[in-house]
Amino acid sequence: MALRKTLESICIPIAAILFGLLLFGLFCSFVGANPFAVYASIWKAAFGSWNTFQNTLIRAAPLMLSSLCTLLPARLGLVIIGNEGALVMGGLAAVSMGLALGTAVPSFWVQSFMALAGMGAGGIWIAIVGALRHYRAVNETISSLLLNYIAIAILNHLVGGPMRDPNSLNKPSTAPLAEINMLGDIPGTRVHWGLVYGLIACVIAYFLIQRTTFGFSTRAAGGNMRAARLAGLPVGKLTLTICFLAGSCAGLAGMVEIAAVQGAANESLNVGYGYGGILVAFAARQNPLAAILVSLLVGGILASGGILQRSHGLPDATVLVFEGIIFLVVLYSDSLYGRLPFFKEKPDRLPPAPQPAIPTSVTAQGS
Amino acid sequence: MSQEKLFHLSRRQIVRGLLAATAFGVTTKFGTGCTASTSGQADAGANAGSGDGEQMTVGFIYVGPKDDYGYNQAHAEGAAGLTKALTWVKLVEEASVPETTAVTESMRSMIDIDGAKVLFPTSFGYFDPHILKMAQEYPDVQFFHCGGLYKEGTHPKNVGSYFGYIDEAQYIAGIVAGSTSKTGKLGFVAAKPIPQVLRNINSFTLGAKSVNPDVTTQVIFTGDWSLPLKEAEAANSMADQDVDVLTCHVDSPKVVMETAEKRGIFCSGYHANQSALAPKGYLTGAEWDWANIYTKLLTDIKSGKTLMSGDIPHLLRGGLKDGFCKVSDYGPAVSSDTKKAAEAAKAKFMDGSMVIYTGEIKDNKGNVVIPAGTSLKQQDPKLEEMNYLVEGVIGSIGS
Amino acid sequence: MSSPAESALGWWGVLLAILAGTMRGGTPFLFVSLGECLTEKSGKINLGLEGTLLMGAMSAYAISYLTGSPWLGVLVAGISGLALGAIHGWLSQQPRVNDVAVGIAMIIFGSGLAFFFGKPFIKPTAPQLPTIDLAGWSQNPAVEAALKISPLFILGALLAPFLHWFFSSTRWGLYIRAVGDSPAAARAMGISPFKVRMLSVMAGSFLAGIGGASLSLYYPGVWTERISSGQGLMAVALVIFARWNPLQCLLASLLFGGAQALGPALQSVGIKEGYYLFNAAPYILTLVIMILTCSPQRTLTGAPGALGQEDA
Repeated sequence: MALRKTLESICIPIAAILFGLLLFGLFCSFVGANPFAVYASIWKAAFGSWNTFQNTLIRAAPLMLSSLCTLLPARLGLVIIGNEGALVMGGLAAVSMGLALGTAVPSFWVQSFMALAGMGAGGIWIAIVGALRHYRAVNETISSLLLNYIAIAILNHLVGGPMRDPNSLNKPSTAPLAEINMLGDIPGTRVHWGLVYGLIACVIAYFLIQRTTFGFSTRAAGGNMRAARLAGLPVGKLTLTICFLAGSCAGLAGMVEIAAVQGAANESLNVGYGYGGILVAFAARQNPLAAILVSLLVGGILASGGILQRSHGLPDATVLVFEGIIFLVVLYSDSLYGRLPFFKEKPDRLPPAPQPAIPTSVTAQGS
Repeated sequence: MSQEKLFHLSRRQIVRGLLAATAFGVTTKFGTGCTASTSGQADAGANAGSGDGEQMTVGFIYVGPKDDYGYNQAHAEGAAGLTKALTWVKLVEEASVPETTAVTESMRSMIDIDGAKVLFPTSFGYFDPHILKMAQEYPDVQFFHCGGLYKEGTHPKNVGSYFGYIDEAQYIAGIVAGSTSKTGKLGFVAAKPIPQVLRNINSFTLGAKSVNPDVTTQVIFTGDWSLPLKEAEAANSMADQDVDVLTCHVDSPKVVMETAEKRGIFCSGYHANQSALAPKGYLTGAEWDWANIYTKLLTDIKSGKTLMSGDIPHLLRGGLKDGFCKVSDYGPAVSSDTKKAAEAAKAKFMDGSMVIYTGEIKDNKGNVVIPAGTSLKQQDPKLEEMNYLVEGVIGSIGS
Repeated sequence: MSSPAESALGWWGVLLAILAGTMRGGTPFLFVSLGECLTEKSGKINLGLEGTLLMGAMSAYAISYLTGSPWLGVLVAGISGLALGAIHGWLSQQPRVNDVAVGIAMIIFGSGLAFFFGKPFIKPTAPQLPTIDLAGWSQNPAVEAALKISPLFILGALLAPFLHWFFSSTRWGLYIRAVGDSPAAARAMGISPFKVRMLSVMAGSFLAGIGGASLSLYYPGVWTERISSGQGLMAVALVIFARWNPLQCLLASLLFGGAQALGPALQSVGIKEGYYLFNAAPYILTLVIMILTCSPQRTLTGAPGALGQEDA
């Protein structure tokens, strides 16, 4: 890859984050907090030391898996926002599996089957979206959004009624998993194994998309679905497979949340990792490896939410404003690729074509 | 994954070893008397960057915003009252912390960065697994959890539970509601059919029935702690059914109180005093008085008492008598006879002679739940597992 | 157990509650869905209306409290929506920027701002919008309460046919539809898709802001951080349910509002099981209707051709 283009893909995101920080600093000074002290606190709370960086890692872990649920279908040109629903269904399936197996089999097998159950349930949940899209032309964004609400209703219903453990008195939950079946922390840290799953899943996704014929077909079909169909690509099979894989990543995130954090399914399963994952996927420009970095960034933002309240007297909503600003700027920065003269290889050449090959359509040339 | 498990187990052993070592350190520290805890506070204060060595950092964590006019606000006001009463308390707070790893990280930051030695993570769902996990990791920090979940022997020694029998105040509110209602129909907007909520509904109803045996309480479950639209809908639909006193157990009673006032019916508050929201129809209400409890606890801790040594009870519970809760001042619509009846019941609570759950009590399906001759005192664990609605309540607890 | 028939109004009460709840609960849906309809007609999706709704609810309540004029609050709610809409409209039209992603970022940003600046206004009670009393004839307090109609509801109900007329019979309506169907063709006609979309998104957000005002100043009439239970996001589905037709948006809003009222109303006469699933009924219904009416052979009737496609 040409040097300037590499430089571009490094400089633009960094500049975007710095600009976002600048805007947030302005916001802070507007509401009466010292922006430099705020920056120092954010750094200290999110990345300052290994101890606090683990806080960031813990919060980043579920986002990596969840982001793949949006990221993979996006390579096929589908905008799916059903992460929360797939995560919830994955968690429910995992806890059911874990409770069904109990301590009858070794914990390794229980954990493996829980992971498979979570991935299966999440995968099927999003595969439904893919199937509706392919066979009935139902808009995938809307159907996946609706399925989120339906999944959360199923969770509340099951946890409040049929699956409720009578001993979970004042916080309705399913029965707890056996202690031995819980996923522990990575040795020497307080970060649970979900982080490793997330990293592995992102790396696998990267190779799948960039280095395999399956990935090539996906990217080709993502460029132009109709042309892909004409060219004889199995669009239906691609759609269903990609959607299943996407959902299974979110389902695995649900399993990790159950098996490494909560130990039982309850309303805490639905705390917004899904929506965070959507933003991570887009901010990472649909690149699985970049999704790792963006997840860390978001994890850092979330980790700094506490110190903004404790040390600066800012209200709890500050972290939302912070997150919102950073994301808006990062999303905007995506449009700068190829527009800044400095990063162009030769001034008279056309701007490099962006990854999904559609934007240079008639309209773009006409302007 | 088998490898992971292996690592994990060996690590757990290491942690256990470390814990034992720290625990030993702690016990030896406490063996020397109360000076030890002040020295601990001194470096806590130093960590927090405060010049005053006598300051003690206390952390409060809330699951929602601090100003929700309800559960979280009641605790936040308790915390504010604490700092007002005891100037040496340095308060660190975090609001809107979900019941996930986020809360363990918040606790950890409060301990590691701010030097907190006493934590009050107030949401019910923080306890298992989050507080239990942190308590094992930080055996010299005291964790007080609102909810009454502590189990002797199974839970770490540095964890304590506190909760108030606010249903005593609900019983009195029921007396007021039952004798003020003209239609004999009371309404209860509830979040979820969990024991705490059921107990409030039942006590409210039993209070009302003690003055008017024919009274009924209609209950509507909204399904979640904060759904303003559903709460308003529930309040309105009950008003349509001729209910003329409304109360609730949701996170923020504001909507129910205002809707009742708009509909020209009476209401009875919860969590905090809401009389300002319904100047005409507010009868009374069941309020928490956490400032009182927090101040007592911290005064004890300052004097060297700890959970670990057993000087502070692990289960701290009480009702009106112990100052955990109180009854709002009566509104203008409450007659003097009603006030007298309510005050009489209150006096019985204060001298300890009142037992709400005295048999025979039937549930609303006709089954006897507390046989005649049995009386369950407030501390009775059976009441913590309540899973029925008493006779006179219209509603069911299916989800 | 008392049977429903013994209750004061019994099943009539349920009908009344549903009718009243339909109007009360449908009002925010109505404004947000009309706003989303306008936005989507121009070919953009705005998921950020959830944030706009919250911002509108907060600013309306705050202004009403500070100035004592609820109508000024409604106006400011619209303007705050307009401002958020401007961000969305501009950002989502940059090359390679996905409008769904911007929408979700706008939910976080908008709700963050609303929560941040709304803190001091949770406790105070703000003056509410007046209601129009249509039940002077009735002595029954339940009927009276049910027929207290908000002028905002009437405004929204009038706005729906107006928008319908606007889309079908005015030049500006034609521009919006042209841009929504095919920006290239619109550009050939000499229309700037950027400007048209920008204005549509802003106007749509203005309406969503007013929807927020109806939450905080009419029903349920409070400002809390949980005031919107996802109505802003639901509006996106609602518009599809209504096939991008403003008149059907009115009907769909009433249906969704009514469904919200139905749960508590049914519980009040003795039907209590499965309220979580019941609360999900509107979502299930929308999904079923989408499945039934979509097919790969033809796109949804009324669907803007360029909806959700990146070709600004």
